[in-house]
Amino acid sequence: MFDDRSPIYQQIADQIKEDVVSGVLREDEQVMSTNQYASFYRINPATAAKGFQLLTDEGILYKKRGIGMFVSAEARQTLLAQRRERFFEEVVDRMLAEAAKIGVPIEEIIGRIEQAKGREDV
Amino acid sequence: MTLGIEVNGLRLDYGKFAALRDVSFKLQGGKIYGLLGRNGSGKTSLLSILASFRKHTGGSVAIGGEAPFENARIVEQVCFIQESGHMTDGVKVRDALKLAASCWPNWDDDYADKLIRLFNLPVKKRVMALSRGMKSALGVTLGLASRAPVTIFDEAYLGMDAPSRYAFYEELLNDYMENPRTFILSTHLIEEVGSLFEEVLVLDEGKLLFHEETEALRSRGAAITGPAEAVDRIAEGLTVLGEQKLGRTKSVTVFGALTEEKRKAAQSEGLEFGPVSLQDLFVHLTKKRGDKQ
Repeated sequence: MFDDRSPIYQQIADQIKEDVVSGVLREDEQVMSTNQYASFYRINPATAAKGFQLLTDEGILYKKRGIGMFVSAEARQTLLAQRRERFFEEVVDRMLAEAAKIGVPIEEIIGRIEQAKGREDV
Repeated sequence: MTLGIEVNGLRLDYGKFAALRDVSFKLQGGKIYGLLGRNGSGKTSLLSILASFRKHTGGSVAIGGEAPFENARIVEQVCFIQESGHMTDGVKVRDALKLAASCWPNWDDDYADKLIRLFNLPVKKRVMALSRGMKSALGVTLGLASRAPVTIFDEAYLGMDAPSRYAFYEELLNDYMENPRTFILSTHLIEEVGSLFEEVLVLDEGKLLFHEETEALRSRGAAITGPAEAVDRIAEGLTVLGEQKLGRTKSVTVFGALTEEKRKAAQSEGLEFGPVSLQDLFVHLTKKRGDKQ
């Protein structure tokens, strides 16, 4: 279920973020409880709670006392801004490095992008 | 109710052999603890002392602030399920359950019934006629249904097949969330149960090597892979637990806080960074000189 590449609580936080970005989780919607997460992934509830804590610290989730955790109003915008910031570094730069490594000329990449743009314009 | 456990300078001698040496730790209680250690590291000895099955030679043990040995008030709060099973073999499963129900004040009959169905326990059979796996399933049932504030499973899963073990983990976790209490599990199947532990204790040759939050312990290990010279540069000054070479590629497992600088330097050199699983960390940390090739 989880890979071994990062701590489980980090992966839980990432999954919730992904759900917020993709719109599966809407703003002011309640997220599953730590116990539900723990039971679903068969992990200690304290580990799940750590993932939630991470998200509250980042302002993605907020807590309603006695009810549970909810998605913040500005969560999606915050996450989209973060993802856009990282896009060129993590996606474009990496793609260019890979292209250079295997000998794909930049012109070809640009051509491909123009093609895609052409399709979108139609 | 949660009972804290405090162990100070604990020692246990079997004749001239010291099974436990100067073991000290404090468990706040109300958590799931993992007790890890190689064969003969002292796990069963430690658990037997906590369960008042054995008297220690030196140091002190307190459960809920009281010494547990021959202390009826504490003894009925601690349920110890051993791998070997300590039930009278001649009795029927049904009688073993009845006996347990009379021993544990928090015993839950309905929950026991649910577990009996879950594990398909033949209640009319004699305990001695059960397979190894069924004996373990009975142990697991007794331990969970006891609802004892401190429940200890010492490799309780032996002989259970994978589906039964996973059913056990699931029950343990769900019942823990519904009825919070202290669980201590000793195990060799770290990969299977590691994610259930909030804290882990690692025993090695009768000494306590670590007592830490599982995630904290895990985050202290890292595997660095890449060209040998670059890996060696990064690993300099770090505790190297193990290394492997494949041609010019080298992979080292390091232990200890990795500075952000080192991490950045490693990444800019194109080295691959990976966390180390609890199991791998355990293997590296408890490896003896004689085991190394």
